[in-house]
Amino acid sequence: MDGGTLIVLPAHNEAERIGPVIRACRKHVPGAHVAVVDDGSDDATAETALAAGATVLPLPYNMGYGAALQTGYKYGLATGAAFLVQLDADGQHRPEDIPRLLERVQSNGCDLCIGSRFLAGTPYRQPFSRRLGMVLFRRIASRVLRQTVTDPTSGFQAMNRRVVRFFSRDIYPVDYPDTDVLVLLHHHRFRVAEAPVTMIAREGGRSIHAGLRPVYYLFKMALTIPLNLLRRERGV
Amino acid sequence: MTLHQRIVAAVFALTLLGVIIELVRRRKLREEYAWLWVLAGLACLILGLNYRVLEGLTQLIGAGWTSSTLFFLGIFFVLALSLQFSVKVSRLENQVKNLAQQMALHEAREPAEPQQPPDEEPEDDET
Repeated sequence: MDGGTLIVLPAHNEAERIGPVIRACRKHVPGAHVAVVDDGSDDATAETALAAGATVLPLPYNMGYGAALQTGYKYGLATGAAFLVQLDADGQHRPEDIPRLLERVQSNGCDLCIGSRFLAGTPYRQPFSRRLGMVLFRRIASRVLRQTVTDPTSGFQAMNRRVVRFFSRDIYPVDYPDTDVLVLLHHHRFRVAEAPVTMIAREGGRSIHAGLRPVYYLFKMALTIPLNLLRRERGV
Repeated sequence: MTLHQRIVAAVFALTLLGVIIELVRRRKLREEYAWLWVLAGLACLILGLNYRVLEGLTQLIGAGWTSSTLFFLGIFFVLALSLQFSVKVSRLENQVKNLAQQMALHEAREPAEPQQPPDEEPEDDET
């Protein structure tokens, strides 16, 4: 895949939704290599993904979103991908939007481009608690990065090989990579930008943000963001 | 401190040390973890045999009773030990994560119809 584009879909029990997502990826980004990281699914996620024409990277057990994503980064690094796009396997992110993100990175306008569901101005409903957290992290990210970041928690991103190499290191926070990753990137002098995407509310299935996790998530961000600023390990 | 108390303390400390050394000998406890335990065993032995050391320590840390000093040391030891474990667990978890990820890359499964290399001119709508 040397020099090509890799699309990474981390998936946990998404057999019902992943097929169309893969096919749409292959349709809208012709020539891209699609890899599904099967994060210890109990259902037929791997078989569905294979049938839809994606490479499957099977993790031996469920390791969580961040570790699954990082597996994709490592795969991209090993196979020589020049660009990498990550999106959710459940159909929340539309593969139609990939070229827009990719173009920003390929034209060297930035090292990592976030797909923001708020830039386009389309309404996206979510519970009040999440909206509160979103506003908070938007403020933090915008303040630290000294630029407006409207959707710092978006998992829809495109990046170049330098970022992929950076994310493959142990420095990458595998439990809940999120706003802190942006701070980390900024700290290491990567350029981050945003492009508008449309988000589709998910039907069925389970989001990774459920139960008590938001509490841990808040705590983790409160701890790691200042710590990342304290760690003086510059350079890539 | 009575002779009775001293004997009990000494027997306890020596048993602890004996078990630690035996575990290391049988390779059930690695040397790198053993040092903290050996230290604890020796501390028990010294404090048990020599009451003045304990009294001195009590004065040093400003505790009211010698028993407080013992509790303080005990809790401190347990804290240090669990902190050491947390550090080790963090490192192990990271290593296991890297191993599992490597394994996933090695076990990569390709679709029946291989994906075309990106440098070839792609056909439109291959679904």
